[in-house]
Amino acid sequence: MATVAVTTERQDVIPEIPVPAAISGATSVLEALVAEGVDTIFGYPGGAIMPIYDALYDYAAQLEHILVRHEQGAIHAAQGYARASGKTGIVFATSGPGATNLVTGLADAMIDSTPLVCITGQVYAHLLGTDAFQETDVINITTPVTKWNYQVTDASEIPQVLARAFYIAGSGRPGPVLIDITKNAQLQMFTPAAYTKCTHIRSYRPTPIIRNNYIAEAAALINAAQKPFVLFGQGVILGKAEDEFKAFIEKAGLPAAWTLLGLSALPTDHPLNVGMLGMHGNYGPNVLTNECDVLIAVGMRFDDRVTGRLDKYARQARVIHLDIDPSEIDKNVKTTVGIWGDCKVTLPLLTALLEPRSHKQWLAQFNTCRKAEEEAVIQNELYPTGEQLSMGEVIRHINELTGGEAIIVTDVGQHQMTTSRYARFTKSKSNITSGGLGTMGFALPAAMGARFAEPDRPVIAIIGDGGIQMTIQELGTIMQYGINIKIVILNNQYLGMVRQWQQLFHERRYSFVDITSPDYVQVAKGYHIDGRKVEQREELHGALSHMLQSDSAYLLEVMVAREHNVFPMVPQGCSVAEIRLC
Amino acid sequence: MKREYTITVYTENQVGLLNRIAIIFSKRKINIISLNTSPSEVSGIHRFTIVIQETEEVVMKLVRQIEKQVDILRAFFNTEDEIVWQEMALYKVPTDAIAEKVKVERLLREFGARAVAIRKDYTVFETTGHREETDRLVAVLEPFGLIEFVRSARVAIIKASDGFHERLRDFEEHEPGQEVVENTFLGEKEKVFSM
Repeated sequence: MATVAVTTERQDVIPEIPVPAAISGATSVLEALVAEGVDTIFGYPGGAIMPIYDALYDYAAQLEHILVRHEQGAIHAAQGYARASGKTGIVFATSGPGATNLVTGLADAMIDSTPLVCITGQVYAHLLGTDAFQETDVINITTPVTKWNYQVTDASEIPQVLARAFYIAGSGRPGPVLIDITKNAQLQMFTPAAYTKCTHIRSYRPTPIIRNNYIAEAAALINAAQKPFVLFGQGVILGKAEDEFKAFIEKAGLPAAWTLLGLSALPTDHPLNVGMLGMHGNYGPNVLTNECDVLIAVGMRFDDRVTGRLDKYARQARVIHLDIDPSEIDKNVKTTVGIWGDCKVTLPLLTALLEPRSHKQWLAQFNTCRKAEEEAVIQNELYPTGEQLSMGEVIRHINELTGGEAIIVTDVGQHQMTTSRYARFTKSKSNITSGGLGTMGFALPAAMGARFAEPDRPVIAIIGDGGIQMTIQELGTIMQYGINIKIVILNNQYLGMVRQWQQLFHERRYSFVDITSPDYVQVAKGYHIDGRKVEQREELHGALSHMLQSDSAYLLEVMVAREHNVFPMVPQGCSVAEIRLC
Repeated sequence: MKREYTITVYTENQVGLLNRIAIIFSKRKINIISLNTSPSEVSGIHRFTIVIQETEEVVMKLVRQIEKQVDILRAFFNTEDEIVWQEMALYKVPTDAIAEKVKVERLLREFGARAVAIRKDYTVFETTGHREETDRLVAVLEPFGLIEFVRSARVAIIKASDGFHERLRDFEEHEPGQEVVENTFLGEKEKVFSM
C-alpha cells in the first residue's frame, strides 16, 4: 500500500506543462486586431480571404464586421471611421478585383494621411506568379499608394507583421498600410507567442528629436512680426494638438486660416479664425498671404490648390514650417525656419517663447476683406433673393439646426467647396472630405464609417448628383445595418465644378457635364430608406429639420440653381492675390 | 543646373524595396542612369548606389522621399567630386588575337586589364575605372574582334561620410545614439546628410 501511495505522490509533483494552443494564421489575424483594440471592420469576402472570414464567424462578440456593397465602399468607410475617431480604420478584401477595388481609397488615404490597415487575401503561395484565379500583384500595384505594404506567405510572420502595420499606419505622418496574406498562410496552424505591440522599427523614425535652437529662431521671428499669419492643416487634428494650437495663436494674437483638411481643428467662431485658404477659400486669407511678414504653417503641405502660383506666393514673407514629415519642409515653399516634429510637442515649446500680443490692426485688415466678401459673395449665397435655391442656403439651415455640432461629410465638387466655406464647426474631427485626391463617391461610404466611430453624433453627408451616383450601392449597406446617417443631395443636374471651369475657361463649351439622375427618393425607398425631394425655399427648413429629427437614415434631395458658380476663386495658374470675387 | 549625382541608400533587405525606390524616380519621369544594389558590410543591410542627372533641388527632394520610406535607413546624395567611384568592365576577345598580336597584349597591359578566364578560343579581361576609360578600351579592342562586352553599375565611396560604418552598426541597437536619430538635414543643409 505504501508503495502505491508514493507513486501517487510522485504523479502529483509532475508539473503540468501547458501545451501552447496552435491556431490558424487566420485566427492570429483576428487575435492581432483584438489586441490592437479594433472594434469595427469594413469588408467584403471572397475566395482567397475565406479562411479569415471563417475565423471571423467566431469573433462576432469582439469584432463587428460591416459587409459593404463594393470594396471601394469598404475603404472609404474605414477612412471615415479613422477621420472621425482618430483611430486606425480596418478593411478586409479578397485577392484580385477585391484588392484592386481598394486602390482609389488607398491613394486617397495616402495623400490625406489617414491611418488604415487593409488586409487582402492572396492565392496560395505556390500559385504566385502562375496567373491563378483572382491573382493580382497587389503588392506592386499598391506600392505607390501605401505607406508600407507586405506580403505574408507564412503564418508565423502574421503577429509581428500586423503589429508593425498598426505601428506604421498610426505613427509619424499616418497613412495606409496593406498586408497581403496568401491563403496557405491563413490556413496554416502555428503556435504564436503572446502578441506584443510594435514600438520600434530601426529604419523608421516617426518621432524626431526637437531642436530647440529652431524653436527659438521661430519664436524670435514671430515676436518681431508686425503681420504674422498662421496657416493650419490636418496636422493639428492628426497630432491631437487642437488645444496646443489654440493656446499658440491666442497668446500671440495670430490670425489663423485653415486648409480644407484643417477645417474643424479650430472652432469656426473663434475670433482668430479668419477663414479658409486656397482656390475657393476666403478673400482675406488669400490676399493677405501676399502681405504678411511672417507666415507660420502648421501641419500643412502647401498644396497647389492652397498656394496658387508658387513664384508669386508670399515672396515677401519669412516662412516658418512645422511638420512631422521632413520631406514636406522646403518641398513647395522655401522655409526660413523648418521645425521638424509633432506639433503636439513643438507648439507648446514655441508658445512658451512668445510674447503676448494682439495685432489688432492686422486683424482688422482681415475683417475689412471679410466685409468685402460678404457683400460681394456671401450674402447672396446664404440669403439668395433669386427664385432658385443656392447650395449656401442649404448649409446655412443645417448650421442653424445643428448648431455646428454635426459631423459633416462631403464629396467632391461645388457642394464640397460651398459646404467647407459655410458649414460651422464647434468640435474637431467633424469635417470629413476627400481633399488631396478629390475622390468623387467618397462621401456616402465615409459617412457610414464616421457614424460607426461616433454613433451619438449626427452625421450628415452632403453630396452632389455626380458623386452620389458613383457609390450609390452603399445605400444597401445603410439599409442592412440601419446606419443612421443623413444624406443631402445638392442636385444641380450638372457635374457642377467641371461645368464652372468650362464656363470660365473653355467658353461655355459644356462638354459631357450634363448628367441625369434617377428619382433618388424612389431609389432610397427601394432600400427602405426614407426620403424627400425639395424644390421650394419654403419647404427647405422644415424638410431639413424633419430629416435631422428622424431616427433612421434619411435622404433629402435638394434641387439647386443649375448654373451657379463657387466664388471667390483663384484661377489655376494665378497668384493668391489675384483671387476673383465674381 | 542639371548635373550627375550619386545617391547612396542603406536599406533593410526586403522583397519589393527595389520597386519602392524605383517608383520614386519613375513617378517624376526621371531616368536612372546606373543602379547597383548589394549587401553592405553589415549583415541584413543593403546598399544601393543610384546615378541620375538632375538639379540639386530635385535630388534633395528625391532623397527625402527615399528616406521617408519605412524600410530605408539612410539616403545621401553627392556630386562627382564628393565621391570616389568605379565601374567594372569585362571584355571577351579571341585568344589568338592576343597570342598572335603583340600590340593587343601591350594595349591590355596599358589599360591595366587583368585576364580572369583564358580558354583556347577566347579570353576574358577585366578592368575597372571611370566610364571613359572602360569605353576607350572597347574602342581599342573592337578592330581585334571583340566578342562581348559588359559593364557593371557604378559603386561609389563617399569621401566625406565620416565613418558611416559606425553609424550603421548603431542602427542595430534598439536605442541608437543621438547621431543616428538626429535631425541633421535641418541643421546642416550644406552637408551630405539629408536627414
